[in-house]
Amino acid sequence: MSKVLEVSNIQKRFGGIYAVNGVSFDVHEGEILGIIGPNGCGKSTLFNCILGQLQPTEGEVKLDGKVVTGLRPCDLNRLGVSRTFQLLQVFPQLTVRENLILAAQEHKGNMATRLIGKRDAGLTGDADQMIGFFKLAHLADERAGGLSYGQQKLLDAAMAFMSGPRLVLLDEPAGGVNLTMLENLKERLQAINKEQGATFVVIEHNMDFVMSLCTRVLVLAEGKVLAEGLPAEIRANPKVIEAYLGH
Amino acid sequence: MKLSAFAIVASLVVALGLLVGPIFLSDYGRYILSMWIVMSIAAIGLNLTLGYAGQVSLAQGAFMGVGAYVSALMTIHGWPLPVAMLTSALVCLVLGWMLGYPALRVQHHYLAFVTLAFASLAFLIFRNEEWITGGVDGLANIPRPYFLWMATDGSLAFYYYCLGVLGLIALGYYGLVRSPWGRAFLALRENPVRAMSLGIDTRRYILVAFAIGSALGGVAGSLFAPLVQFVEPPAFAVDLSLKLLLMVIVGGSGFYFGPFLGALIAVLLPEWLRFTQGYYLMLYAFFVMLLLVISPSGILGIADKWITDRKTRVASAARAATASAFEETKQ
Repeated sequence: MSKVLEVSNIQKRFGGIYAVNGVSFDVHEGEILGIIGPNGCGKSTLFNCILGQLQPTEGEVKLDGKVVTGLRPCDLNRLGVSRTFQLLQVFPQLTVRENLILAAQEHKGNMATRLIGKRDAGLTGDADQMIGFFKLAHLADERAGGLSYGQQKLLDAAMAFMSGPRLVLLDEPAGGVNLTMLENLKERLQAINKEQGATFVVIEHNMDFVMSLCTRVLVLAEGKVLAEGLPAEIRANPKVIEAYLGH
Repeated sequence: MKLSAFAIVASLVVALGLLVGPIFLSDYGRYILSMWIVMSIAAIGLNLTLGYAGQVSLAQGAFMGVGAYVSALMTIHGWPLPVAMLTSALVCLVLGWMLGYPALRVQHHYLAFVTLAFASLAFLIFRNEEWITGGVDGLANIPRPYFLWMATDGSLAFYYYCLGVLGLIALGYYGLVRSPWGRAFLALRENPVRAMSLGIDTRRYILVAFAIGSALGGVAGSLFAPLVQFVEPPAFAVDLSLKLLLMVIVGGSGFYFGPFLGALIAVLLPEWLRFTQGYYLMLYAFFVMLLLVISPSGILGIADKWITDRKTRVASAARAATASAFEETKQ
């Protein structure tokens, strides 16, 4: 399998503090890589460095073998990289359908056609398909702000997939989601991974979710890679147990 | 009656009123209505920049001034108003685009100060550059335009001219806010970080929002000049920008009809309150304060809240009914 993402020696320093300190890893096509670690170990900062939200102090990020370090998030998104955030980031004033259309409209046409073309940029069909896929059909015309937290979390994830990305980085997708919704979310992610071959990197604290979803797990501690391996290996790793999982 | 049907009927009644009503008004009444149109156009521009795209601007009055001076100079020298209007819009579009660059680096009150500085600079140019603006004496004898072969010197004819321009702009504005651009503006205002992660080039949209908003300020100015037939610097001082900001906020920032309503209140209410003589400005100020305490999102914000609450209640009731039907089926 080819490498979709190559992260080499990423460092991010805030003043004298290293939030991320020399992290390197690869993500292969079709893989679901989990990133775990205690709070403050640099997981979200690492995501932000990879996705152009923050400029890394040092290091390099490659997408499909091409250096993309420092590219803006919107440029990376157009290259097929999508993400969710730790906190909910839906647009409460828009309906569920409009949120999904917004999530993909910049991938259709150009500035001129987006101004004078169709209002939905020809995306209503795709949005409805995504709404159905995430089991939100009964809420399609509801404003996102009126949805429950779990439903908004599903919508947030669905938005990340609307543009048909090759690589999706999910930051704590299971946070605050009830068990039924969580199972639904996991099923959806697995289906997209299998059917569309999308590659995922998932930051998560819910160990059952990570271990049952991910094909490989990377453990961060104090801004560095503590361990890397299959879920079963990580569960049994004494260093990981001591630093994060506990007994 | 459904809301959409109500909106259509209300729009038709208002349109009919705007077409027929002025026939029965005095010259002064028509002048006030024409001024409402001019202010509505400028406020529409500011609503795009501030209300939809979330970029604070205190320079809209300055763009009106630029538009007014460009149009006055051109029409005095024999150019037809439509050409002068397009030139004004183009000049303001370029200036607005340039003013958008600071917005890429600063936001909120910092951006407000940057735009305020631009408004002050424009005022100084209007006042001090006598060789082109006429300085404190301003520019007089600005002609009113011809529409095809008809002169619009009369108050009614010029009112219809303004109304026609407003109609065209209202259509374009409607198309814009309902297009993907409108959605991108909203995303930019609500959450620029998320917007960027969805591929929205926030830099480009910020510049576009400033440019279009400013161009509409220019169009408003180019109608203001032949309406008043005289332009002078105090008309475009910073308080005009503040007044336009007030119109957008009072009407309902980020709502399609907000600028129309805000301009109506700002232009007409002081006139209606004239019977109170010296107290009218105080009453007006009190009304604005009261409104913003009750509804910070303006008058249309109250209506929007009412509609949203109503929809939520209906949807909740439907969900509860579905849930109870499901429970009964299980039993």
